[in-house]
Amino acid sequence: MAAEGRTPEVLFWVGCAGSFDDRAQRVTVAFAKLLQQAGVDFAILGQEEACTGDPARRAGNEFLFQMLAQQNVAVLNMYEVKRIVTACPHCFNTLKNEYPALGGNYEVMHHTQFLQQLLAEGRLKIEGGQFKGKKITYHDSCYLGRANGIYEAPRSVLQALDADLVEMKRCRTNGLCCGAGGAQMWKEDEPGDKRINIERTEEALATGAEIVAVNCPFCMTMMSDGVKAKEQQERVMVYDLAELILNNKVS
Amino acid sequence: MIQSILFAIVTATALYLAGRNFLKIRRNILLGKDEPDGSQPVAAGERWRNVLLVAFGQKKMFSRPIPAIFHFFIYAAFLLTQIELIEIFVDGFTGSHRVFSVALGGFYTFIISLIELLSVLAFVATVIFLARRNLLKISRFQKPEMKGWPTKDANLILLGEVLLLTGIFSMNGADTVLQSMGAEHYPQAGPFLVSSSLGPALFGGMSEGALVAIERFGWWLHALTVFGFMVYLAYSKHLHIFLAFPNTYFARINARGEVANMPAIQKEVASMMNPEAAPPPTPEGEAEGELSFGANDVTKLRWQDLMAAYTCTECGRCTSVCPANLTGKKLSPRKIMMDVRDRCEEVGRNMDAQKSSTPIDDGKSLFDYISREEIHACTTCNACVEACPVLINPLDIILQLRRHEILMESAGPSDWLPLFNSLENSQAAWAVSTERDGWKKELAV
Repeated sequence: MAAEGRTPEVLFWVGCAGSFDDRAQRVTVAFAKLLQQAGVDFAILGQEEACTGDPARRAGNEFLFQMLAQQNVAVLNMYEVKRIVTACPHCFNTLKNEYPALGGNYEVMHHTQFLQQLLAEGRLKIEGGQFKGKKITYHDSCYLGRANGIYEAPRSVLQALDADLVEMKRCRTNGLCCGAGGAQMWKEDEPGDKRINIERTEEALATGAEIVAVNCPFCMTMMSDGVKAKEQQERVMVYDLAELILNNKVS
Repeated sequence: MIQSILFAIVTATALYLAGRNFLKIRRNILLGKDEPDGSQPVAAGERWRNVLLVAFGQKKMFSRPIPAIFHFFIYAAFLLTQIELIEIFVDGFTGSHRVFSVALGGFYTFIISLIELLSVLAFVATVIFLARRNLLKISRFQKPEMKGWPTKDANLILLGEVLLLTGIFSMNGADTVLQSMGAEHYPQAGPFLVSSSLGPALFGGMSEGALVAIERFGWWLHALTVFGFMVYLAYSKHLHIFLAFPNTYFARINARGEVANMPAIQKEVASMMNPEAAPPPTPEGEAEGELSFGANDVTKLRWQDLMAAYTCTECGRCTSVCPANLTGKKLSPRKIMMDVRDRCEEVGRNMDAQKSSTPIDDGKSLFDYISREEIHACTTCNACVEACPVLINPLDIILQLRRHEILMESAGPSDWLPLFNSLENSQAAWAVSTERDGWKKELAV
């Protein structure tokens, strides 16, 4: 499946979390299954994929960012990649907004946009109604939302599920961060009253939703940890949008 | 005649003091680097759009409608009162009285009436703003960085507004009564919307001499408040009334998520990775000591960042949405902007003291104002950037400080070392032994 001489429709950029984090891996598999079901001819870079450099750059380590980014641009350009889809908004942002300055120009989509497109084109169909009427709240990730202004594509995917979408008080441009961005994922918090993911989880729980829908592997970790810390894991589940679509189809 | 001479002296003094202050601010802003921000080159249209919508149209203010409406009253009153101010200048220098009323006739009555209406609304807004700060104690006005001068500054401005309005209404009110008495030197300027009833109610039945005294008191109070404000502006947080316009023009217009590229490091890494294709090494001219990445002081930030610091009105919308601040961390985006400005002022004062045209090494840096703990707490979520009504970007500054810390000092949170090592050695954010595409076996093909 590694790029070898053929020209696939799209390159699936898996990202570090999607490759190595147990929970995020399940999202990767779910999205890949959806791509297969929709008959999308896709490729992955496999071992030739490196971290986009997002956490290095935001920590301030520009040398490390440039090393990773230039290596990735060289590989992507060598395979003449034109279109990329990724399930990580951090990878999405870096590939889309920061690689052009390094000579990497691609059409980059986040998987929620791609799923919306597949649904709109009828290549993916929503069957069964597992989530019909279920309360789902959607957590805007900072890097899809404020950083790139994408608020509606993931919501329209959720609406396709016929679920009862309830918004948190802070949503869209006012969405509250999960606490993981800017390389916070890899470090302890500074002293304070509360962890950010707890603040956000409390807001999500207050909606009464049974499902918290996310679009980012880091939000996934933070919100899942938050739900566990509030001991609500029996009642509330955190899912990526791709998983919701896939589960709906399977059952 | 005496009044005209006095007015000329006061005007000249105020303009001199204000002008001197503004030149210093300009100098302080230009301590920053002149560096492209990486925005697309063809951006002038977009920039002017921002000036019109965001600065002039106050679009972003209205994400919080209640303060936006009251702020708009003061803003509109301020803009329109400028017409009256021009008249004050002409009358002040020439000894005429309401010189525009003769030329403009009924339109003059309309304009002054509109100013009066807006002045009443501005008065209501001022009272509400004073209450929000001092009685309701809205939380964003009570943060630690607001202690002392910033709180006093905000209240002084609002009290200045009360003085100004007192001046306008005693001037117009007494004038209305004088007009009705047919007093000499007081042309019939028509009934003003508010003063036509407020004037007689307050000052009716007074002697002509007393009325003239009140009218002159109001006129001078108005003029002196304006002059005082002009001089005071440089010490206050109120420069946004001018700087909001250039600041929205010069704001970065790329996707919010894009962190500015560093071409110098890009080139260096490119030549490291591909030595044959690399250009010859840097010529001798660029001395080693000059090499500097990121910022630890205002002279290493872009001048646009410094202008942003002077533009900040300390409204605290950024801080009130910052996830770190909301959860009790020290980071406050507003404080970042206030610290940059305070450091600019300090560098400027040092230059004044030594009569130097270049910054003086005082052994201090921006890190004496902004602690490491603050910049480490940022999640780069862009909430502060989104919240700012005048397009200030505290995140840009935080990232510059982080760059300096990592690239120049090899410091930073020790938790990040495993991340950096893993990225360097295995090109992955976590050091794991599994394959990148290990998940493939889960796919039933």
